[in-house]
Amino acid sequence: MTTTAEPQVIRSPGPRGIWGWITTVDHKRIGLLYGVSAGVFFFIGGLEALLVRTQLFGPNLEVLSADAYNQLFTMHGLTMVFLVVMPIAAAFTNYFLPILIGARDVAFPRLNAFSYWLFLFSGLLIYSSFVMGGSPDGAWVGYAPLSTQLTEVVRMDYWTIGLQLLGVASIAASANFIATVFTMRAPGMTMLRMPVFAWMSLVVAFLLIFSLPSVAIGLFQLFLDRNFGGLFYAAAAGGDPLLWQHLFWIFGHPEVYVLILPAMGIVSEVLPTFARKPLFGYPFVVFSGAAIGFIGFGVWSHHMFTSGMGPLAEAGFGVATMIIAVPTGVKIFNWIGTIWGGKITFNTPMLFSVAFIAMFVIGGLSGVTHAVVPSDTQQHDTYYVVAHFHYVLFGGAIFGYVSGVYYWFPKWTGRVLNETLGKIHFWLALIGFNLTFGPMHILGLNGMPRRTYRYPEGLGWANWNSVATIGAYLILVAFLVFVWNIVRTHFLAKGERVGNDPWDGRTLEWTIPSPPPVHNFDEVPVVHALDDFWHQKYAEDEEGRAVRMPALAGGAVTVDKATGGGDEGEHLDIHMPSPSYYPVLSSLGLVILGAGLIYLPWGFIAVGVGTAVTMWGLFGWSLEPITKEH
Amino acid sequence: MHLHRRNRNRVTRLLLGVPLAAVAACSGSGPQSALEPGGPIARDIDNLWDLVFWMATGVAIFVSALLVWVIWRYRARPGDDREPRQVHGSSFIEVGGVVFSVVLLAIISVPTVRGLLDVRQIPTGPDVIQIQVTGHQWWWEFEYVDEVAGDGRTLITANELHIPEDRTVNLTMTSADVIHSFWVPTVNGKRDVVPGRTTNLTLIADDPTPPGQPIPGQCAEFCGLAHADMRIKLHVHTAADYETWVDSQLAPSPTPVEDTVEAAGWETFNAVCTTCHQVTLEDADGEIVTYGPERHIAADGFEFRSSFGPNLTHLYSRGTFGSGTFTLDRDHLSQWIDNPQALKPMNPDANDLATGRVLGMPDLGLTVDEIAEVVSLLETWR
Repeated sequence: MTTTAEPQVIRSPGPRGIWGWITTVDHKRIGLLYGVSAGVFFFIGGLEALLVRTQLFGPNLEVLSADAYNQLFTMHGLTMVFLVVMPIAAAFTNYFLPILIGARDVAFPRLNAFSYWLFLFSGLLIYSSFVMGGSPDGAWVGYAPLSTQLTEVVRMDYWTIGLQLLGVASIAASANFIATVFTMRAPGMTMLRMPVFAWMSLVVAFLLIFSLPSVAIGLFQLFLDRNFGGLFYAAAAGGDPLLWQHLFWIFGHPEVYVLILPAMGIVSEVLPTFARKPLFGYPFVVFSGAAIGFIGFGVWSHHMFTSGMGPLAEAGFGVATMIIAVPTGVKIFNWIGTIWGGKITFNTPMLFSVAFIAMFVIGGLSGVTHAVVPSDTQQHDTYYVVAHFHYVLFGGAIFGYVSGVYYWFPKWTGRVLNETLGKIHFWLALIGFNLTFGPMHILGLNGMPRRTYRYPEGLGWANWNSVATIGAYLILVAFLVFVWNIVRTHFLAKGERVGNDPWDGRTLEWTIPSPPPVHNFDEVPVVHALDDFWHQKYAEDEEGRAVRMPALAGGAVTVDKATGGGDEGEHLDIHMPSPSYYPVLSSLGLVILGAGLIYLPWGFIAVGVGTAVTMWGLFGWSLEPITKEH
Repeated sequence: MHLHRRNRNRVTRLLLGVPLAAVAACSGSGPQSALEPGGPIARDIDNLWDLVFWMATGVAIFVSALLVWVIWRYRARPGDDREPRQVHGSSFIEVGGVVFSVVLLAIISVPTVRGLLDVRQIPTGPDVIQIQVTGHQWWWEFEYVDEVAGDGRTLITANELHIPEDRTVNLTMTSADVIHSFWVPTVNGKRDVVPGRTTNLTLIADDPTPPGQPIPGQCAEFCGLAHADMRIKLHVHTAADYETWVDSQLAPSPTPVEDTVEAAGWETFNAVCTTCHQVTLEDADGEIVTYGPERHIAADGFEFRSSFGPNLTHLYSRGTFGSGTFTLDRDHLSQWIDNPQALKPMNPDANDLATGRVLGMPDLGLTVDEIAEVVSLLETWR
């Protein structure tokens, strides 16, 4: 135990290099792993989309066969939802949730590593299908009985098993985040002093915990139908194909909010920072996020307005869908209220956040048109729907996450991304995005169904499809600029170095060095207010304008030692969890087990091996000493 | 009410939602557009869409304009070192925003629910034309259950639906395999076609279609390989023309005269094609015989036709084949019989007639001569 001013971090030194990353349990490293993996999958999923768009450039093109097309659009959806947007959200949550609430790590660091590795291995398992005879080809929603048809082909087993394992990873991560928020907040960090991003992460974790079991049951039944004659969805045997749709969308609709809410959280951090004003109506933003989470469980059947439900059920789900627009609208009003009267700096994170609002408004309003059931019977399963959810998930979620990357990049690396390249990225992305997905509204209303590998001449679809394809390539260029910006700034070390607090930020992450030390906080902060860091730097004059307090300029942290808890020694003696390879081992075992299930009956050997590896990992994990040396 | 609006207006109004005015001239609505209703149901839906579209557009313009104004008005200006006022919120604005959105949504929810109840009514009565629809991978089978020939045969056709103008048509639908969705946008929205269940869709069309220019539609629920090629053609006739069409479809086609090319084709056809396809022929003695298998499936108390392939009795009365995908002519048909998968992606290797599973027409290995004979035969079945 040390009594010097420098705090002593107690943890085994741990291996360096690749093995250090593999065995890491540091939430920041795991966050970066999530982010980089999601980025790679983003380019793969984007490439799949470009192939799809190339095929649709004109009528009756033969760039792709129908079989290849079906695999590619299925994998595009699967990739973007489960291997890109969810892990990007997990990346931000991992890295920043503990810091934003003043914690040194998540509640269960090894479980955190387990979640990441299970996500990565499951993604690789799904992608290995491409070299094993074809990838899943029954659309990401995998409607039965199409997905249970042709059981001699294993493609959709990659999908049932892959999604199941990804679900396990998500449930573990969600439990972890919930425990982190409930048990790890710094002194004084009450629930209503938590940054909105932390709140949205919490809502998302609850959404996943409650929605994933539904699709897990559905996927088990599908797997049994495909491999053991389960007949759950076989109409001829008295099964019900629509049961799958209900089980899937009871998960699938909350999933939409899983994808968008963390992005809304990021925007709610970025706007106040660059408008130099607090978030307008903080409690309303928080509670509308929670309300969206609750109502999100009651609208799933709006994905099924053409499936043959009774009119009363349809009316109920239609009106519920309209109601969910109210808390969503509240958020938008509050974001505009936040920048109203502010002093707005227009740098790249702000551009993407403002574009998020504009694009999300379009996507949200086209969503309301789906709630109008008779009108939805025309729009359902057309390119109008494709346009709608890309405005929500690309113009919305992805723009929000990109904003987050520009915003927090200096915290990760100590260097700020180049503004000129950022603005080029932004404008190319905004124009490319609207060129791609704007025309799809028109195509859908003009009768073009989605998931069609070709379309004939004479239906008036050719021109808009060409425009959409050109736009898609523009998006590629935009994101190549983004990658170059990241490479140049960080890996070539050409980015401008910045200190702890480059944006004059409001929340706790800006009080610590960039990049943060392994233990985040030398001393656990004591929080007195929402936007605590801002209030340490600024007072308000009689007009309500912010006034800088000179004594504390420069990002110094005040720590209330009297209420910090315990004696001084405890502040300075920081226990951090030791690296462990057991999480990797356990998740690897689970994926071996899953791979075995795809190739029954011979796969039972792999099931056995996988089970043994998982058990080995779990035993080792539970018997591992907390800190190897002390 | 907006029956004959110009295409240009539609495009303009669409563009209010998307910033693409520069390329507006490229587009018309097209024959499969939900925005060009050709019947009262589709028109009601379109009117509802108009209401919602304009309200949504109004909100989008208001919010976007506000956003643009705010970021312009409150941009950081060089030399201005005053900090903004730290406003934390306003209950008045929050409540106002909620009330504003609730009122807007209430305005659209009333016609939504009313329209929904209208759209979902299943028409009954003697004037309603009842058609049973069976969705197959990847084609449509239609049975006009009230159109019965003297010998008890019902009217059976495939992929091209014929209805009279201004008459209410009730489709009762099920699927033989996976979920499909019947959709002809200009007459109504889509309705899923689900195995083991029945769903209903009402069709009413305003005007007869010109000969050879049926209204296009297609399957809207992803159903596997050839989902894109599972199309529908809707012919609308005057009442008299419809009766003529019904009579001609109920009549059998002729058995070919011996020692002709067609007779040679019939030998091949009867040996190979009738494994899956039905055809009803009348021989020289006036005897009417139906060749090929007759299969049914039951759903919700209805008996549906569930054939392996389309009934070919009046193949050449259709303008297209391959589920509305290819123009019906000698070249296309010869190519098709020679190698069906070269034209349309299917998976006949997985066919298993014993269990009723058919995933497209196989390559039957016929010689060029046999194909020419069979096509000559088919050309006589008008």
